[in-house]
Amino acid sequence: MNLEEEIVTVIVEQLDVAREQCLPAASFINDLGADSLDLMELIMKMEERFGVSISDEELQNIRTIKNVIDFIKKAVAA
Amino acid sequence: MHRRVVITGLGAITPLGNTVADTWKRICAGSSGIDRITKFDNRAFATQIAGEVKNFDPLCFLTKKEVRRLDDFIIFALASAEMAIADAFLVITELSAMRAGVYIGSAIGGLGTLEKEKEKLLQAGPGKISPFMIPAVLANLAAGNVSIKLGFKGPINCSVTACASGSCAIGDAFRTIAEGHADIMIAGGADAAVTPMAVAGFNAMRALSTNNEHPEKASRPFDRSRDGFVIGEGCGLLVLEELDAAQQRGARIYAEIVGYGLTSDAYHLAAPPPGHAGAVRCMQLALADAGIAPSDVDYVNAHGTSTPLNDRYETEAIKTVFQEHSRALAVSSTKSMTGHMMGAAGGVEAIISVKAICEDTLPPTINLDNPDPDCDLDYVPHTARAKTVKVALSNTSGFGGVNAALVFKKFTGGA
Repeated sequence: MNLEEEIVTVIVEQLDVAREQCLPAASFINDLGADSLDLMELIMKMEERFGVSISDEELQNIRTIKNVIDFIKKAVAA
Repeated sequence: MHRRVVITGLGAITPLGNTVADTWKRICAGSSGIDRITKFDNRAFATQIAGEVKNFDPLCFLTKKEVRRLDDFIIFALASAEMAIADAFLVITELSAMRAGVYIGSAIGGLGTLEKEKEKLLQAGPGKISPFMIPAVLANLAAGNVSIKLGFKGPINCSVTACASGSCAIGDAFRTIAEGHADIMIAGGADAAVTPMAVAGFNAMRALSTNNEHPEKASRPFDRSRDGFVIGEGCGLLVLEELDAAQQRGARIYAEIVGYGLTSDAYHLAAPPPGHAGAVRCMQLALADAGIAPSDVDYVNAHGTSTPLNDRYETEAIKTVFQEHSRALAVSSTKSMTGHMMGAAGGVEAIISVKAICEDTLPPTINLDNPDPDCDLDYVPHTARAKTVKVALSNTSGFGGVNAALVFKKFTGGA
């Protein structure tokens, strides 16, 4: 499984959504039924799973699945 | 203003069953819901038994995401609320939602979640605490979650009066409708206190039965060899409605709620005084509120915790209130079967009292093999009994010296 697929797996588990819904442009709040607390918990799980750290400031910019994938790819490469 | 209030729906999850029907069936069969504790490793504890909810699949009511973020006491409340509303065939409009409220009491709220998150704090640090922890722990979030789920925008509250929490919520809901502040209320109690801290804490007070070898016999109210209560968990909720509105929509009416009494012992944190004067006054106030004479009561669902002090003093209190009628009165403790469900007890026992009226059946006190000589009333030993029940009174008491009593009456229609 590559990094993108792993990220989507965590999202599917945490938000209880179908893999098919997890397109890069999917908005957590508008398309995946997540509220702000769901997003906070999701980010915590991402931090644990991928050994990265996401600041509150960076969290403000996370709206879509693509935002998360881009962030983690960058953080993991660093 | 004093409008009449009736019960039009019931919903419950108990150690005896995950529906009101199942629970009532097992109450009438005199079954016990007490067994070895499975929710945590009980080996180091003095008490290793409890009344746990069994074979309950929360996914029948909630999504996986919801189940993960909620404490059990909230899950029990959401499931019970859904069942109660369906039972009442109640449909809310945008307008009626403004006058529909939720009062769900809880003695201890999300203690189980708090204990698990504390473990995480110690093992992994503050950064690992779930953003859902606080909403899962606060006691009023059973009412909060139910209000969100049902869309009820009227009065909302959570009574926290220890083991009387459920009764106080129902009594308050009764008054709220009677005084005209709402037309529909869902009310009762929820608790999921079968946790390491609760068991250890009650054990430290020597309040729990340690009859681990015979779980089904451990809760034995009024019996000579009773040695403390058995913790139970679950939820009991009633739908209360203003009478005219209920009749107008053709609601099925289970019973009428007619009286509520609430008093303090002002004596001791955890023990009642001999004679239990506070409970005497409480029952008298509830009956006066109902305009019903003690001699017209057919059944008392006792607090009956199976502790040495409560059962004796509650018996004395009942005799003081009912005088000669005590001989004819049927009194039973269904905690002999459900265990002590903490804040949920008042809710579930109100449901049982209502069912007793509807089904004209007296629930038994099981395990009453050798009644304490100081406990000499008709506790309906061992077996349920068919009998016309027109008026039932439900007693609960709680740490801090709280006493609450609710009076229910058979509804025969009309004015």
